[in-house]
Amino acid sequence: MAGKNAPPEINASSMADIAFLLLVFFLVTTTMDTDLGLSRLLPPPLPEDMPKPPEIKQRNIFEVLVNSNDQLLVEGEIMQVAELTETAKEFIANPNDDVKLPAKILKEVDFFGNVEVSKQVISLQNDNGTSYNMYIQVQNELARAYNELRNELAMEKFGKTYDYFLETKDKDKVKAIRKIYPQRISEAEPKNVGGAQ
Amino acid sequence: MSKFNKNKEKATPQVSTASLPDIVFMLLFFFMVSTVMREVDLKIVMQSPEATEIKKLENKNLVNYIYIGSPLETKIYGTTPRIQLDDAFANVKDVQPYIETKRSEVNEAEIPLLTTSLKVDGDTEMGIVTDVKQELRKAQALKISYSTREKVVKQ
Repeated sequence: MAGKNAPPEINASSMADIAFLLLVFFLVTTTMDTDLGLSRLLPPPLPEDMPKPPEIKQRNIFEVLVNSNDQLLVEGEIMQVAELTETAKEFIANPNDDVKLPAKILKEVDFFGNVEVSKQVISLQNDNGTSYNMYIQVQNELARAYNELRNELAMEKFGKTYDYFLETKDKDKVKAIRKIYPQRISEAEPKNVGGAQ
Repeated sequence: MSKFNKNKEKATPQVSTASLPDIVFMLLFFFMVSTVMREVDLKIVMQSPEATEIKKLENKNLVNYIYIGSPLETKIYGTTPRIQLDDAFANVKDVQPYIETKRSEVNEAEIPLLTTSLKVDGDTEMGIVTDVKQELRKAQALKISYSTREKVVKQ
């Protein structure tokens, strides 16, 4: 028996109820969604008195136009979104040294030694009336072209994918691979590309 | 009486519920820690497009959101796509000051890490998005992310 002076015990049976109440509150208010997205870097604003940028040779530019009807024009030819990745890959890598595809220059890259790196630039232009869905699809396909090429290269050289190095934060290897296939997606200053408004 | 007693002995003993509060508290703490309270009330239709080559946005404190889409209440606001910053509709001109106020709220060292997440409805036309992007360039907020959902690839 407890002594006469001991205070009476507090009844703790309602503790579970209180905790449940709080639990339900947090369960309801929690949003678990992680924000996913395509990361891009915008070009800095152009100064007024900017000198004319050096001309880029036509063979080094991969022109992608999207009009207001969500139609795709790639290098002057009408194309479906599904074909874009393959075409872009062939352009970026230029495996057969085609004279119509981008020129290459020798560059010294860690792990790889002297490698021929193509001077590719992808120029993306969309109309004001293009739907955002289409725009994201095109951006996605172009990003996929780069990622697939990088994966293939990493697989050939290291036996592991590029994604693996990204996940393990192997910065030197990621840098080297990026140096060989740099992602150059240039977006033109906005203007109307045409198509019915 | 003797029969009654026998029955009582057969009954299974009650499961102790003494550890129940502990379990519930454990769950409670988990949800308390993982909860993100700051969520805006969306005033626009937001059905983000799907993509495969996506990256997670790492630090949620360093992300500013810009929502673009057609208003939910079409009777009051019409159907033309609008920009929403925090909890209110805004114009293209408001984007730059918005970024600047957000910038003043974080540490100076973290300013270069600030990312702007564009949450845009898939059916929006690119015109308004391009305008916002131009404003972001002027505000020197160059790191952006087009918010998308993950596409499930059929194999």
